Amino acid sequence: MKRTTYTAWKFLLPAMLVVAGIVGFPFIKTIYISLFNAPLIAYTQKAEWVGFKNFIYAFINPSFMGGVFHTLYFSLLSISLNILLGVLTAMLLNQKFFGRAFVRTLVILPWALPTVVNAVLWRWIYNPTYGALNALLTQLHIIQNYRDWLGSAGLGTMTMVVLADTWKNYPLVTILVLAGLQMIPKEIYEAVKVDGANWWNIFWRITLPGVRPALLVALVLKTIDGLRVFDIVYLMTSGGPASATKTISFYVYQEAFGFLRLGQASAFSIINVTIIFVFVIFYIKFIRSEGVSG
Amino acid sequence: MRRSSYHGHKILKFIFIYFFVILLIASIIAPFFWLIVSSLANLKDLVAKPLHWIPRHLNLERYREIFFGQVGISFRYALRNSILVALLATGASFVLSLLAAYSLSRFPGKYRSNLLYVMLATYMMPPVAILLSLYIMLRQVHLVNTIWGLSIVYSSFLTPFLTWILKGFIDSIPKEIEEAATIDGASRILILLRIVIPVAVPGIIAAVLLGVLMSWDEFFYALIFTSTNQAITLPVAIAQFTKRHSIDYGMMAAGGVVAALPPIILAVLLQRYLIQGLTSGSVKG
Amino acid sequence: MKRKMVVLVLLMVLLLPLTIFATGQKEKVKKKEKQPVKLSALFIKQASYSEQDVRNMTAEFEKENPLIRISLEFVSYEALHDKIIAAAASGSGYDVILIDVIWPAEFAAQGILRDITKEIPKSMLDKVFSGAWDTVLYKGRYYGIPWILDTEYLFYNKEMLKKAGISAPPKTLNDMVDQAKIIKNKGIVKYPIIWAWQQSENVFLNYVVLVAGFGGSFFDANGNPLFNSGGGLKALEYMVQSLKDGVSNPASLQAISDDELRVFGSGQAAFALNWTYMYSIANTDSSQSKVVGQVGVVPTPGDGEHVQIASVNGSMGLGITQSSKNPKEALKYIEYLTSSSVEAKYANLSLPMWKSFYEEPSKWPKGQKPLINAAKLSFAKLYNRPMLAHYTQFSTIMQKYLQKALLYQMSPKDALDAAAKEIVQEKANN
Repeated sequence: MKRTTYTAWKFLLPAMLVVAGIVGFPFIKTIYISLFNAPLIAYTQKAEWVGFKNFIYAFINPSFMGGVFHTLYFSLLSISLNILLGVLTAMLLNQKFFGRAFVRTLVILPWALPTVVNAVLWRWIYNPTYGALNALLTQLHIIQNYRDWLGSAGLGTMTMVVLADTWKNYPLVTILVLAGLQMIPKEIYEAVKVDGANWWNIFWRITLPGVRPALLVALVLKTIDGLRVFDIVYLMTSGGPASATKTISFYVYQEAFGFLRLGQASAFSIINVTIIFVFVIFYIKFIRSEGVSG
Repeated sequence: MRRSSYHGHKILKFIFIYFFVILLIASIIAPFFWLIVSSLANLKDLVAKPLHWIPRHLNLERYREIFFGQVGISFRYALRNSILVALLATGASFVLSLLAAYSLSRFPGKYRSNLLYVMLATYMMPPVAILLSLYIMLRQVHLVNTIWGLSIVYSSFLTPFLTWILKGFIDSIPKEIEEAATIDGASRILILLRIVIPVAVPGIIAAVLLGVLMSWDEFFYALIFTSTNQAITLPVAIAQFTKRHSIDYGMMAAGGVVAALPPIILAVLLQRYLIQGLTSGSVKG
Repeated sequence: MKRKMVVLVLLMVLLLPLTIFATGQKEKVKKKEKQPVKLSALFIKQASYSEQDVRNMTAEFEKENPLIRISLEFVSYEALHDKIIAAAASGSGYDVILIDVIWPAEFAAQGILRDITKEIPKSMLDKVFSGAWDTVLYKGRYYGIPWILDTEYLFYNKEMLKKAGISAPPKTLNDMVDQAKIIKNKGIVKYPIIWAWQQSENVFLNYVVLVAGFGGSFFDANGNPLFNSGGGLKALEYMVQSLKDGVSNPASLQAISDDELRVFGSGQAAFALNWTYMYSIANTDSSQSKVVGQVGVVPTPGDGEHVQIASVNGSMGLGITQSSKNPKEALKYIEYLTSSSVEAKYANLSLPMWKSFYEEPSKWPKGQKPLINAAKLSFAKLYNRPMLAHYTQFSTIMQKYLQKALLYQMSPKDALDAAAKEIVQEKANN
């Protein structure tokens, strides 16, 4: 027994060390700094202990709370769309049709496109005066005038950003779900059909349980990606219009590099991590209690 | 799912399926089409109103610039750097996470099994939360502006992720195949190399592919940690087509096409393994 | 087959470090042969000078000074500030940095930049536009030497004005709106004015030009906000009203300077406030512009009563860092780059800051005469954005409220009052 423990640790240790050193240590430092009024560049002043002041500031600051809201909106919308489109396309690709292998390959293309390219591409497509989306929709007579797709101060702009992000990312969900679908034995379908189950019943009783493991993976990954989203917003809207697309990560970045308040930025990022943790712990509990089996 | 066959709606179903298949293909192709057109056409034609979908003048000038011209110098370095960083980071994290995954899968001690969640927790860390501390650390060991430094940073988020994928995959391999070797007294390393790895190939390929794609895609760390030709990666090089007051969409599009090709080719070629690796692996949590 | 692939991947991973290591070694050996002073300098990819121009200038400098070797780094403008900050936060970094006009206060207060007031000869101060010096000035001390001079001019489409029966470009800001209304009513173009009002420094820059034009100011001597009344308020009201009147393009709200160029260059606007670079692209580059030969440029007008010429200082300078171990050599380098001879040599890319250049039309690059004439007037009137140690914070707050007013979420007065209040509040938190 002792020897196994020794081997177990020996195999585990290198990875643990790397992760602890490169993420763990800086993160503990971040927690520590969040309790200080710490200027980013410490030439002129020294850090001053402020306790939880930075956290209190975060919770009473309407801009930052707006950022929390935008982040949650981005995540929820992007998770729903990813899963909805992922499941639908997977079910479509599980049907028999001409050129199926080709389409299955095609579907993976957007996922392989680098995020930077995707962001720039969609910003270009959405452009209010010469964007391809405007041109397409007017030429098809769906809209009369060119529209400002990234110009709405409500949730409209964020929705457009989510659509651009989803276009790139849902294929991963598709291939996960598709693989899940392929593992469901055909005999089961035949069996329930004999029972006279309708389409909806089949979907709930067989299809969904069959792909649930894949969906849970997609859920966890998309939640993490969504709650810490930065790149696509930074590149597409730089937070505008009127701060309607600033996310938590954006505020962390702004505090650190714009306002040079490292303590405040650290507090913001701790809040971000906490939110992600809450979600993921919930999922993990869920996965364990349901005893998922593939 | 031949649910409607017994309803006798075959023709309806046929139309239904092909309608959505065509819609799906169009939704995927259209943005790519526009990316490619933007990389080939004159800017003047791209900002015209009404817009012509097939511009009058198409030229390969931007690609020539990227591969042979002055403006493309940084881009060519970035291409090299991206390849090196992707391979280094993935290679290093692959070795680390294979060992860790094997350990977690085969000797899940009471406390150790929770370590997977601890590692995954680090994967959830938003980069901005640790960026500056990391920068200071890298500076102290003179690894800012090097592909080594960037690779080390990438390993930190690739390792937990790959461990998760690989652990799931190794879980799905029956323990029995190792038993004979254990009785023979072979060391664990040998068992891992000789017995587990050959069986785990789909999972390994999936993990390596994901690792390569994730490092290829990473932007934020690279933006802050690199700025010389010796170290910048493709996303940074593409972002650099943004000038002080202007954005060179044409060059960004051309750069985007070139940057997208390697991961797309990899993903298409190795798709089969990706599905296999992800499903029989990670889905088990 | 599967096994082979794994072996291949592993081999590649193992071999790569070796090859990189080998190339790294070679470079080290090369560097050891000479032992000059080494400097590292941070620039942006495309200021007005391209990366290659800066490399050429540097090579010429190194030829004259064989004992100074400079390693150059280029980033995008967006990344420049963060790069400097990140390097400074870790305690070491570059010797020479390119700085935007809005940063000296912040960088001086944070101790990033070296005070070089004593090193700048008095004779040089007079030969360069005084507005240019503001680019590197904070609390009466000089933290660098100005290098690239720039401001926002009023560009107009001559053909459109002619079609509308307008004989001369606008003399005042209100003139511009009136002319735009004529152009709109005659159906020449739907939205005659395009701006860069994206929520970023862009919207604030456009606002500042108008504040200058309406004779406003940002703070009083004690640092209390003034922009929510007088010229500051008039400027925002002007922006909002022009949107409501339908003469300003609503797409301005997410446009950056480049979008202005594209809209103007594709003949979809009659007026645009933009930087120097737009002139040669819109007026001469037929691969990018449909309005070649139709572009006019004048200094941005003021309200005509208090102010005739409105202008914003958008210059960049070169500074030396506190952490530099070779400030003398660094100074020599930036003196070279900013010298009148080098600036004159590259004048077709960026207009020099030296007054003498504007007195010798024979030295002017071809086809730039209208621009240089406008520049001469504008550079003499450069209006500065507030010089604040927490400029980014100030500007971020301004951008948010400017956009709220432009989106009609708040009235101009309410938006500016709210901005003033938040700026005062945040100041206490710094």
